[in-house]
Amino acid sequence: MPLIKDGAFVQDAFVTVADDAALPDGAAIVSLARFQKDREALLARNAPLGIQLKAPENPELLGEDVQRFSVIVLEFPVFRDGRAFSWARMLRERLKFTGEIRGTGHFLYDQIAYMKRVGFDAWNVAEGFRLEQFHRALTEITNVYQPSADGKKTIRELRATPRP
Amino acid sequence: MAATPALQVLTANRLRDGAVVYWQAGVWADEFKDADVFNDKAAADAALAAAMVFVKDRVVVNPYLFAVREEAGQIRAIEQREIIRGAGPSVRRDLGKQAKPSMEAFDVSI
Amino acid sequence: MYRYDEFDAKFVKERVAQFRYQVERRLAGELTEDEFKPLRLMNGLYLQLHAYMLRIAVPYGTLNSRQMRMLAHIARKYDKGYGHFTTRTNMQFHWIKLVDVPDILEDLASVEMHCIQTSGNCIRNVTADHFAGATDEEIEDPRPLCEIIRQWSSLHPEFVFLARKFKIAVGATPHDRAALLWHDMPVEIVKNEAGEVGYRVYAGGGMGRTPYIALLMKDFVKREDILAYLEAVLRMYNQDSRRDNIHKQRIKILVNAIGQEEMQRRVEREFEEIKASGSLQLPQEELDRIRAYFAPPKFETLDDKMPVGSYDFENWKKTNVHKHRAPGYAIATISLKAIGQTPGDISHVQMDALADLMDQFGIDEIRVSHEQNLVLPHARKRDLPAIFARLQKLDLATPNSGLITDIIACPGLDYCDLANARSIPIAKDIAKRFENLDRQHDIGELKIKISGCINACGHHHAGHIGILGVDKKGVEYYQILLGGSGAEDASVGNIMGPGFSAHDIGPAVERVVDTYVKLRQSGERFLDTYRRVGMEPFKNMAYLEQMYAAH
Repeated sequence: MPLIKDGAFVQDAFVTVADDAALPDGAAIVSLARFQKDREALLARNAPLGIQLKAPENPELLGEDVQRFSVIVLEFPVFRDGRAFSWARMLRERLKFTGEIRGTGHFLYDQIAYMKRVGFDAWNVAEGFRLEQFHRALTEITNVYQPSADGKKTIRELRATPRP
Repeated sequence: MAATPALQVLTANRLRDGAVVYWQAGVWADEFKDADVFNDKAAADAALAAAMVFVKDRVVVNPYLFAVREEAGQIRAIEQREIIRGAGPSVRRDLGKQAKPSMEAFDVSI
Repeated sequence: MYRYDEFDAKFVKERVAQFRYQVERRLAGELTEDEFKPLRLMNGLYLQLHAYMLRIAVPYGTLNSRQMRMLAHIARKYDKGYGHFTTRTNMQFHWIKLVDVPDILEDLASVEMHCIQTSGNCIRNVTADHFAGATDEEIEDPRPLCEIIRQWSSLHPEFVFLARKFKIAVGATPHDRAALLWHDMPVEIVKNEAGEVGYRVYAGGGMGRTPYIALLMKDFVKREDILAYLEAVLRMYNQDSRRDNIHKQRIKILVNAIGQEEMQRRVEREFEEIKASGSLQLPQEELDRIRAYFAPPKFETLDDKMPVGSYDFENWKKTNVHKHRAPGYAIATISLKAIGQTPGDISHVQMDALADLMDQFGIDEIRVSHEQNLVLPHARKRDLPAIFARLQKLDLATPNSGLITDIIACPGLDYCDLANARSIPIAKDIAKRFENLDRQHDIGELKIKISGCINACGHHHAGHIGILGVDKKGVEYYQILLGGSGAEDASVGNIMGPGFSAHDIGPAVERVVDTYVKLRQSGERFLDTYRRVGMEPFKNMAYLEQMYAAH
């Protein structure tokens, strides 16, 4: 699946591993269930580790381990399920997660800008998704009213800034 | 209704303006009186399947079949909802399809 | 009232372009209807029975004359010459074409209006008392806080795909005119013992299939912390609400499932985190800056004498003129409940005429009430006879504010795709039955609220007499509920029993009202008598004919 990061298509360095499959040697993404089952073994590996959370899975369940992940993948089972927006924000703001937060599943072009605002920095997009659409999505609304994980200045702050 | 109704009509809303339309031999008619009436399930289902092409082509949304009955030689919708969709608001007789001179009056008095 | 600056103007402009692009993609097949639907809903666009319906935001029910004229223009140019004011103080047009909507949004933007988040699973229009800024009952005008909440909630990236809709109202008076406790998150402006102004926050009110009155979340939130607290509530809702059953996804379900205490605990924990981050602090300067937009007009020093006029004027004064905080001024209710007309509907002629009236009499604002009437907040008493005369010519002077014919009704099956039954003809029928003004005054305050389906847009759960239209094997039936209230004594109406046919509902309501008249004690409104004697006497009388028919 095409992956967008830092504004470009990139190779996915990670392999997403099914719950019953053997772990590869290199970078791997596992489910929460798998992580909870094989935690010691997974953390002992000398390779980057990622975890994929389903929409009902609160990142707080990761406890102290959250910083051990290079990437946390948040699923959209359907685009209407907006829980991942809160999970991403929690990861960035409360849990101070600095790794990659990747969106996967069914989300719309129209959600990309919101996802960026709450802390996503990588997107699994559908085959045929055009990169210029990604950039266009981020330009639709220039200014924002409320603070979020992206640290973007709010309209209130812009108002207070003396203008030439 | 558990069983397939005896008589059915196929309807949808036009995507661009939301207007109510009725299936008439492979095209969409504006007036209920021009709608095809299906008296067998196979024909009704075939029409519904054919209508899905129009959904894909962004002509209509949400095509569906609804029950009608024959009354004194006229085909009438049974459910109040379809009577109103076919005519217009019962509280504004001057608006909607019922306001067109060609439309027969529907009795929706209380 | 609030005026856009360059940031607000750019924001709505870009929102219009965004929607224009969404419509293009829909028409080009790049978005399915399933994907497009939530996007168009978040711009207030429904597909209804006859056409699209567009819901235009009227933030905290406040409009100026320029905006009123634009609504008239939209009614003429894009619709069939009229609009409908809703129980959330918004404006709806019933005959809209999808392809016209981007242009309509552009027209709206030119007068600082929009349709942002008037539908969809997001934070909706923030409502308040329609007498705000004019009544002497309020601690302070609730609308500055409404505006602050409106901005904070606009395209809030975390909360645009909630489990369900989220409605906020702000109250500031002991007598609640905004159905506060029926909202997902009521915010009440209060004073603590030290005389500080702060906010009491509730959560979990809501109508629909399972009605609930909101429960207290926090007794006193400091002014600077209010956005942090609201965000904490929303975050807990977004994280913890069910997503598996559309009928169980409002915050009222969550609060009642985990309990008030647990909800308070979760919110408090999140609130502490957000406060600690400091990002949502509301400085006094910002509140003052927004307050300045809502400064009342400079009230002249006027004679406080109330003019006397014609018989009709005197009748109108009895119900439709209310006390204003400034001597020489009054608040006037413009009834959109003419007997035999659709409650809440207004023609383009009436809209334009009201704009002219406002300009002529120097009244900067007009308000929309959640009871589907309009209000002139700052009328000079001496102008009232002339205002009344004008309103009379426009059929906007029905003297029934708060009386039995001041009925709330949703558009119902005449317009709405969600409806099971028609509500407007029932409203018209009942209004005609009680048309006699002496009888109306004898009955006194009696709020009838009619919904055409369980979604309860007609607020039937909060009606002294509520009427719910249902579909019984393809035939429209009407259930009566008694004892609901949308005021500070909020209560959920009780279902009386089996439904009545469209033919029988009017007579049944008459029998219920007659029962009240027979049983009431001195000073009791209908609601008071019901609360004293209970359902039984009303039920017995209502079903009398059915009983006779059965024997």
